Amino acid sequence: MRILTFVLLTFLTSTFALAGVKIEHWTAPSGAKVYFIETHVLPILDVQIDFAGGGAFVPAAKAGLAGLTRNLLEAGAGDLDEEKISGRLVDLGARLGGGADSDRASVSLRTLSTQAERAAALELMRTVLSAPTFPQAVLEREKGRSIAAIREAETRPDAIAGKRFAAAIYPDHPYGVSPTVDSVSAIARDDLVAFHRQHYGAKGAVVAIIGDVSRAEAEAIAQRLTEALPPGGGELVPPPVKKPQRQTIKIPHPAAQSHVHVGLPAIRRSDPDYFPLLVGNYTLGGGGFVSRLMKEVREKRGYAYSVYSYFSPRKLEGPFEIGLQTKRDQVDAALKVVDEVLTAYMAKGPTPQELAAAKKNMVDGQALRMDSNAKLLGYLSAIGFYGLPLTYLDDFPARIKAVTIEQVKAAFARHVKPENLVTVVVAAD
Amino acid sequence: MKPLLAPLVLLAFAVAPAPTLANPFETRLANGLRVIVKEDPRAPTAVHMVWYRAGSMDEKDGTSGVAHALEHLMFKGTRNLKSGEFNKRVAEAGGRDNAFTSRDYTAYFQIVPKGALPEMMKLEADRMANLTLDAKEFAAEIKVVMEERRLRTDDNPQALVYETLNSTMFQAHPYRRPIIGWMDDLEHMTWQDARDWYRAWYAPNNAYVVVAGDVDHREVFRLAQKYYGPHKAKPLPERKPQNEPQQAGIRRVSVKAPAKLPYIAMSWKTPRLRDVQKDRDPYALEVLAAVLDGHDASRFAKNLVRGSKVAQSAGAGYDGTLRGEASFTLDGQPAEGKTVAELEAALRAEIKRVQDEGVSPEELARVKTQSIAAQIYKRDSLMAQAMEIGSLEAAGVSWRDIDVLLEKLKSVSSDEVQAVAKKYFTDDTLSIAVLDPQPLENDKHKKPSGAVRH
Repeated sequence: MRILTFVLLTFLTSTFALAGVKIEHWTAPSGAKVYFIETHVLPILDVQIDFAGGGAFVPAAKAGLAGLTRNLLEAGAGDLDEEKISGRLVDLGARLGGGADSDRASVSLRTLSTQAERAAALELMRTVLSAPTFPQAVLEREKGRSIAAIREAETRPDAIAGKRFAAAIYPDHPYGVSPTVDSVSAIARDDLVAFHRQHYGAKGAVVAIIGDVSRAEAEAIAQRLTEALPPGGGELVPPPVKKPQRQTIKIPHPAAQSHVHVGLPAIRRSDPDYFPLLVGNYTLGGGGFVSRLMKEVREKRGYAYSVYSYFSPRKLEGPFEIGLQTKRDQVDAALKVVDEVLTAYMAKGPTPQELAAAKKNMVDGQALRMDSNAKLLGYLSAIGFYGLPLTYLDDFPARIKAVTIEQVKAAFARHVKPENLVTVVVAAD
Repeated sequence: MKPLLAPLVLLAFAVAPAPTLANPFETRLANGLRVIVKEDPRAPTAVHMVWYRAGSMDEKDGTSGVAHALEHLMFKGTRNLKSGEFNKRVAEAGGRDNAFTSRDYTAYFQIVPKGALPEMMKLEADRMANLTLDAKEFAAEIKVVMEERRLRTDDNPQALVYETLNSTMFQAHPYRRPIIGWMDDLEHMTWQDARDWYRAWYAPNNAYVVVAGDVDHREVFRLAQKYYGPHKAKPLPERKPQNEPQQAGIRRVSVKAPAKLPYIAMSWKTPRLRDVQKDRDPYALEVLAAVLDGHDASRFAKNLVRGSKVAQSAGAGYDGTLRGEASFTLDGQPAEGKTVAELEAALRAEIKRVQDEGVSPEELARVKTQSIAAQIYKRDSLMAQAMEIGSLEAAGVSWRDIDVLLEKLKSVSSDEVQAVAKKYFTDDTLSIAVLDPQPLENDKHKKPSGAVRH
């Protein structure tokens, strides 16, 4: 393949237009916030529920608890064991998905919209969300698998680089904590029960629904899914983020390539600089082959297959990162190019031509980012979870078009301060 | 073990028919280029793909990786377009583009707002015939390809195991070569190698176009004639069969690499799909793979990961729609405290159980349910629809047979699954590759094989 694409990029570079799409919003009697798009073109239904139940709400000594809690929802619920849950889903042709990141825990369902399949699949989702049993034996097995995966990841240069980078840019903050053998070993069944009770409540839950049901059916679905949730939830916010000191961390590893991350904690999803940074990053390293980093590091010098930059805004200050992998004996040369590109961009911002090209891609490309139910479901969830205005869709092209070179420069100056930039190199000589 | 739960419903889905009965549409230009259009008006977007029936299996020893290297170079200049301009035009149209190379084919695609489709067809048709390759562009890009190899293979223990497994199980057949190429071949590749590849295989009579989206097929046909039509057909190089000789005896290899968990991959030689109507074994093998590892309630997940806990992970795969030799692969990592030998024995025991007992009606029903649901869910993605058409055609299977393939899969019986388990899973045609994990600290200044320090 000519280029790797990164899942992380999608959130910040994603947009959607309103062509024929109408979002309905209400609060269910349970207290859950509901976001709904009715579309009957395909006989399918997608539902996602998001809770403030990510890793940011877990003490470092129990890191891994958020992910284990989410994953073990399907390990037993109500009077069903894990084999019955997985077997029933397969028999219905339905799929449960989701996971836990820093901020969120998510459970999603894709099912056929025909009455019998839909009703049975939703009932299963309700049971999994509301009545997980967290069987001790499954917990022990899954802890063992997590620990094995952690030990394996500690041998992989990409995984090592990711963990060390997060730890370095988020000193003493849960955004910087990764599960360890010790922290996973310390997790007990009571911890899962308590985490579920505290974080999987209807208050603050965001229900996103798209597909082949009516508004009245969606209302009933949202209420049915959330009415039996535990009492917790509500306005949960992680502790404040502290900026790191500028530093370079080198970690030995026998790999052929050095793995490089450069970055810092940057912006919250609610930050007014979101649009200048979104547009500005396209030119720096977000726009694939047309970005400056790609041209300078890859196209001109052949230093790397993959080089990129992104902002990944979260509830609190999410990371800005520049990343690449390069043959280890040329890593210093590659880092020098990155530094020059970033410094020049910070000083002058995009050229008028670059700014116009970035805007054109983002505005004209909106249709691509909303051309499936699956993509739209993600936007419904983000709007709900991060409290974006319902008019976000209508406003988007205008907000992109309004960005100026001065705004890009000012936003980068505010959020990408050289004194806070951390560099991590794994497989450094 | 019997399924724990009787199915709630069996094939009860009242599925809406596809929007247009005649859909997709196909035409063939005078120069041999085929154009396949799937109309799907759900969103104002379009996918445009060009597939060349030239992949790594068509390469010669000494220039492994040239198909993929050329794929990279296709984004450089043409007689009408400066280097880098292709990506720029796609980006300015609000689109995104990429390309991929397999053993069987090389494919290029753009996903764009539908209004940009004509420009995409013009751009893609241009680089079908007008690529300007030179030494300078090549020198920079081949370095990128070597970085890609380091990233994907040299520093990726499981990928190294797969590369070694392929080069072990195939000795005559070209599938033995890695798609990305051996590092030594990349280091000695020249821009003329890439040019020769381009001249040999990039021709309208060795390609087909797949378009999916909010388009009118008649208009797409007209545009195809306008942009691709002027290209001349040309004689293609002879494709020798290069059939693999009968394997007679198990082959075992191991790969040392920095890792913690061991890993095992076992491959048996199996037939590929040749005749969609008459073949039976490829469908039975596909059902077998699905029973073992098709979903979360399949045998491997249930028995090996959750039940006996012998595996950290376990998988089964069979792809019968390809140009070359097919194989059936089992792989997995042993759970902590378990050995590769124990996992191998457990994987073999699962095959043995099918050989002895076949599979249950419930398991067959689940395979059917899953494949029907997957067909419906696929309609939520234009790219998935275009990919399905394109990859079947690459293997010589017509898109017209998509429904036949599904019906055939649904018609497989337990006896047939049992029969293929007995017929093909013998040690004589088995190759096994194992990852032998090495501690990081004892391996500090390892150089990857073939890598040269400048």
